[in-house]
Amino acid sequence: MWNDVLALIWIVIKILIIVLPLMGAVAYLTLAERKIIGYMQCRIGPNRVGIRGIGQPLADGLKLFLKEIIVPSKANAYLFILAPVLTIAPALAAWAVIPFNQDWVLSNINAGLLYALAMTSLGVYGILMAGWASNSKYAFLGALRSAAQIISYEIAMGFALVGVLIAANSANLQDIVLRQSGGFFHWFWLPLLPLFVVYWIAGLAETNRHPFDLAEGESEIVAGFHVEYSGITFAVFFLAEYANMIFISALASIMFLGGWLSPFEGVPLLGSLFAWVPGIVWFVTKIAFFLFLYIWIRATLPRYRYDQVMRLGWKILIPVTIVWIVVASLAVELHVGPWFNY
Amino acid sequence: MLVQNIVFYATAALLVFSGFMMIISRNPVRSALFLVLAFVASSVLWILLEAEFLGLVLVFVYVGAVMTLFLFVIMMLYLDWQHIRGGFVKYLPLGGLIVAAMVGLMIFIISPNHFGLLLPVEHGADYSNIKELGEVLYTQYAYPFELAAVLLLVAIISAISLSHQGKTKNKTQDVSKQVQANPDERVRLVKMPVEKKQ
Repeated sequence: MWNDVLALIWIVIKILIIVLPLMGAVAYLTLAERKIIGYMQCRIGPNRVGIRGIGQPLADGLKLFLKEIIVPSKANAYLFILAPVLTIAPALAAWAVIPFNQDWVLSNINAGLLYALAMTSLGVYGILMAGWASNSKYAFLGALRSAAQIISYEIAMGFALVGVLIAANSANLQDIVLRQSGGFFHWFWLPLLPLFVVYWIAGLAETNRHPFDLAEGESEIVAGFHVEYSGITFAVFFLAEYANMIFISALASIMFLGGWLSPFEGVPLLGSLFAWVPGIVWFVTKIAFFLFLYIWIRATLPRYRYDQVMRLGWKILIPVTIVWIVVASLAVELHVGPWFNY
Repeated sequence: MLVQNIVFYATAALLVFSGFMMIISRNPVRSALFLVLAFVASSVLWILLEAEFLGLVLVFVYVGAVMTLFLFVIMMLYLDWQHIRGGFVKYLPLGGLIVAAMVGLMIFIISPNHFGLLLPVEHGADYSNIKELGEVLYTQYAYPFELAAVLLLVAIISAISLSHQGKTKNKTQDVSKQVQANPDERVRLVKMPVEKKQ
């Protein structure tokens, strides 16, 4: 009895150790985004709150927290309030299976990859409910766009994950990382390069980020599914979007860039020189690289037209993944080295 | 064991509650959302039975894809919720018959005599039921599995052929035309003489 209670308390502490830094990362990711895009467009970005704008996320958070939550008069109030909660819950729950270092994982389950996919596929409900419960045409159109886009790209993303599953011979995220040990060229980005690219594009579409942010499309439907939301409910949607971005980046670095493994493993001098660096540093560095890529793409590419988004997902990405799954299976079967010669 | 029991009774109660609410709620969108809740609760029960692969597949196939499309359609329908239960008495005999048949079938097939209340064998943490399932599916049941795949393929093809209206009615963009578009054909630069200041 008491052992169970203690175990539960220990699990709650571990969850807090993951979620609190994640929330901090989300807050400062918004600042990083505004700063980086600012510099790319020859501006300096927010610089008034604190030294060089370092307090901006806190000020924004406080402002959103203190604002009034307006529920539209003809809206379905229960679902309207429930929608942001249902968006953030899977975004946080997905982190349960992410290994931050060897054995640093909340839940080391065998079907970790499937769990991650299942959690990312749940995020669409919050968006659909938000769009429908708002009882507004713009919000509803945004929700429909977003749902159709997420369902379409989920297929390509799932196939990319199948390729990783075949290459690693396991769905456990920790095993997937350990299978890639041996240095930079042993990671899966090289043998699974097309799947890596497809996964990344699908990841952009799944998180509704540029250039696939048609769900928000300011020029057409104002702000999409969250047009009626204000104050903290809007902030929760925002948190969920950024937590999802970090999650997609973490999953990409686990599956294709060797998770917590050092890139200098096996290199004569550099390998021993960097051997003292803890794995989580490499992991966070890789996540940061992908997050920078998100922001870089946002500052560079124009928004896709809706039929182009659908065409890219169904007619280009899915065939590419199917072909490369066959190639990967053959490579595993023929023990092509240095990745599959076990 | 205590935690597992609490989780089991809580989710089982949630499953029954959401199944019931799915039937009695007036608004079809709320019904669909309760069905989603029922799926999630039953996936929790499957995971408690150590069928984690089936549980997760239930979440991402039924909840993540099928129910999303359902909601998609229901949300776009305009339904008059007040008059939707008008035919309750009219359909009652037929409904009662179907319920009786299903309950009878259930009692016949999964009553304790046939199903038994044997607990499944517990396995350690290393046991991967994805591998076990894959081995059985691709060896012992390879033909039924392939047949099911062909059946799905036939369904896909027939769905496309039913909704495909031919080239003349189709309003999609011609991609090769769009790619070949260049500014020389579409933009005309007009040279104007500089106007004098008045």
